Parts: sequence; C-alpha cells; structure tokens
Amino acid sequence: MFCQECHERPATLHFTKIVNGKKTEFHICEHCAKEKGEFLPGSNTFSIHQLLSGLLYGDPSISGTASSGLSQQSVLACPQCGMTYNQFAKSGRFGCSHCYEVFDSKLDPILKRVHGGNTRHAGKIPKRIGSGLQEKRELEKLKQAMQQYILNEEFEKAAETRDQIRLLEKQKHREKGE
Amino acid sequence: MSLEHFISEAISPWMKKEGPDSDIVLSSRIRLARNLEKYNFPDLASKEESEAVIQTLAGACKEKSCGNFGEFEILHLDQLKSLAKRVLVEKHLISPHLAEQSKFGAVMLNHDESVSIMVNEEDHLRIQCLFSGFQLNEALTLAAELDDWIEQKVDYAFDEERGYLTSCPTNVGTGLRASVMMHLPALVLTKQISRIIPAINQLGLVVRGIYGEGTEAQGNVFQISNQITLGKSEEDIVEDLRGVVLQLIQQERTARKTLQDGLKIQLEDRIFRSYGVLANSRIIQSKEAAQCLSDVRLGIDLGIVEGISRSILNELMILTQPGFLQQYANEMLNPDERDIRRATLIRERIKLEEA
Ligand SMILES: [Zn+2]
Ligand SMILES: [Zn+2]
Repeated sequence: MFCQECHERPATLHFTKIVNGKKTEFHICEHCAKEKGEFLPGSNTFSIHQLLSGLLYGDPSISGTASSGLSQQSVLACPQCGMTYNQFAKSGRFGCSHCYEVFDSKLDPILKRVHGGNTRHAGKIPKRIGSGLQEKRELEKLKQAMQQYILNEEFEKAAETRDQIRLLEKQKHREKGE
Repeated sequence: MSLEHFISEAISPWMKKEGPDSDIVLSSRIRLARNLEKYNFPDLASKEESEAVIQTLAGACKEKSCGNFGEFEILHLDQLKSLAKRVLVEKHLISPHLAEQSKFGAVMLNHDESVSIMVNEEDHLRIQCLFSGFQLNEALTLAAELDDWIEQKVDYAFDEERGYLTSCPTNVGTGLRASVMMHLPALVLTKQISRIIPAINQLGLVVRGIYGEGTEAQGNVFQISNQITLGKSEEDIVEDLRGVVLQLIQQERTARKTLQDGLKIQLEDRIFRSYGVLANSRIIQSKEAAQCLSDVRLGIDLGIVEGISRSILNELMILTQPGFLQQYANEMLNPDERDIRRATLIRERIKLEEA
C-alpha cells in the first residue's frame, strides 16, 4: 500500500480516525508524516506520538466522554505530577505512572486503537513486586472456570476445580505464615 | 575503559561475531521500556528526580554480581561533546532523542557494546540488547535476564491490568520492541518489496528504512519491528516477528536465485560497477555509497566478489556517517568535504582488503 500523500513511498503509518461517527482510514509514510509537522524532531522512535496526539485531540469520541463536558475534562488532573487530561491529549505522553489510574476511564479506547484491540497486559510480571500476582491470576482463572462448570451442570469438574482452588489458597496462607 | 573505547571503532565487538542467517539478517535487537515507580517520567521529572534515577541505576549496576553482562560503563550525556554523541547515535548505542532532547540523560554500556541501557530517555530505562544475525530469542533471553536483575534492586512502575507503565501509550504492557535489520537487495531489485511491505504492515509490524535521513531504505537495509506491545506475551510478540522474518529470508533467497539464474551477466555487471565506484571514486555522497555497498555485499554473499569480508556493509555504512567521518578527520567538515573524505575512506578500506 502506498502513501496517500505522496503516492511514492510505501505507507508505514496506519490509523483510523472517527469523526462524528464516520470512520476514515489514513495510510501515510514517515517522510510525509514528518513534513506535515507531526513528527518528533530528532527522534528515530516511531513517530506515532504526534499522530496519536492528533488523534486524541481531534477526536470527539475520545477526548469527550458522554457524561462529562469540557469544563470537567480540564479539571481531570493527576495529583502526582499535575498533568491534566488535556495536556496528555496534546502531547500523547503521560507525566508519571499514576496518570494511568487517573485517566483510566478514558484509556481503553486509546489503547485498543494502538494495540490492535487489546487493553490488558498478558505478558511478564515482575518477580519481586509482582509476586502473588501470578497466583492471583491463576486463582481468578480457576474460579471463573468453576462458575462455568456449575452453569453447565458439570459438577464433577466443578468439584475438581474447587479442590484445586482450595489447594492454591492453602499454599498461599502457608507462605504468608512463614 | 573510556569514551574513546566506544567511539573509536565503527564496529561494535558484538557485530564482529557472525550470527545465523547473516547473509540477510544483519542484527537482532530487543528493547524493554521500564520506569521507576517513585519518580515522574523523564519529560516531567525535575533535575533532582532525574539525577536520583541515574544514581539508583548506576548504583544497582555497579555491584559485581552483574551476571553475564560484565561491567557497565556509565556515560552522562551532558558531559559529552556533540560529536561524541553523534557517533554513539550512528553506532545505534543511543537514540537521537537521548542525544538531543533528554535533559539529564545517561547511558550504561557493557564492554562489547551488546547491551546499552539508556537512562532518562523517553522512559527512565530503555534496556537494549543487540545480537548479530538472526538471534531474536537469544536477545530476548538476555534482555529478560537483565530486566530481572535490575528489578531485584528497584521498584518498577507496574500495573496488573496495564503491565509495565510507560511514558507513551504505544509502549505500555510489555514495553517490548523487537526489531530485526535485514539486507534485502534482491527483493528491491525485483521490485517485490513494494508489495511485501504493505502485507507486513497488515500483520501489525512496522517496516522502516534505516541509515537514511528520510524513509527510503538506504543500501536496501530495512528494519522490521512489532507495533503492538499490549495484550500479547513477550514470547508471542517475538514469535510473530520471527515468523515474518523467516518468510522474508526465504523470499530474498528465492529472489537472489532468480537474479542469478536469469540475469547473471547483468547482475555481475552491476556489482562490479559498484565495486569500481567504491574502489576509485574521489567524491561520493552517502546515498550512492550505501547503494554501491549494498551491491558489493550482495556480490560477496553470492560468491561473485571475493576477498572482502562480509562485515564491510555494516562497517562502512556506519563509518561513513557524518559523525564518524569528522571523528576520523579530527575536525568539523562541511558536506562537500565529507563527500571527499568518505570516498577516501572507502577506497582505503577496500584496498586494505585487497592487500
Ligand atoms: Zn508519503
Ligand atoms: Zn501523573
């Protein structure tokens, strides 16, 4: 696919913009992105930052939520670093790790767009600060499975799963007791 | 070890070891973006916070038990001359962003330059592991090991739902960018590349030309990397990229064979003309140099050109960048002077091989 600006170079940046419910797709090359001033000078990292900020800013489906008007939006700010949602939308970057919590209600659509529909981490969990998280994930999964078995009236499997859950919880308590 | 150690040689020691499929894959890189929980991201961090981040990491990496990575040397960007920074960028050891825009940046490098940890770039940490040839899994293993080792000593910003928290939402989740540098001259010559790149893009991967200022691939070198960092495991991200690279290797090999079978004399003519240009010109611009180097490298891979080592493409493409030329000349050069120096340097390098 060729760049829709210059029709010469292959398009390497692809994004979808929804304006007033109308979906428009953009395919441009990095050279043209740069020329349009949407490129971060001096950076060889993916120029999506600036494109992203264009998206966030120009897109009513993201920058405005159904319930909150503009006035409320400009108040939404991170208590840790002071970044407001509008500033984030403009720069496409967070100010600190707490911004993720503060802007959480608005993040799903942004992340979906950038990460092929994904919003939840499925990768590595840090060993030290994340210890226990792995078990928690496992327990959650088992509990869901048990619910499903009960709904399907597969009681034998449900009981097996229940035993697994008990075993895991026992282990957890034992570790804590040490 | 000193700064000179890192800027005097064009080729990093890791590059000299020839990796698997190195006729087509020049290098494999894994980058992990990480942040410390306590401090604002570098964009907003105060001078004190940024210095604290550097101190914390330098402290963590000074300990002897550095595992398989050896000792690290820390370089503070504000203490480097602009030419030195430029050379580090040309060697891909630091990003242009760290060189030019970060306020309080630093980089930690190991002896053979296979590991570079940028501090206070867009994120507090950018752990980068480089391998020659096609060794993505090896690079991932090493990067993960280094990540675990650092994580024992510092508190990362991590969230159960969003994963590793990064300054830009495009890196959140795994914080992983895996990329492979490929030399694809036959796919370019047979014009198949323009149909292949969009197909790769559709798989959620990004293709970029490298070394050039613009986007065209100078010297037919392309970088292929993942775009998605959230919702997939590290292993899956790398595996998806690996699959595409394997296919590209196949296609490039087939295209090379087609050229050799059907257009042997034309191909040889092109390669030897490029060889002639490199061996004889007195003025050469970087774009022409890159194209000729690509041709000669293809000639080496196909056994048409003999007596020159394969690393010549990697080596001269880095060595003939403006920063290196000026470092070599020991003075600032204008573009015309650089074109003359570049020609001289390439001639000397080729003669060295012939001798
Ligand atoms: Zn274009
Ligand atoms: Zn914040």
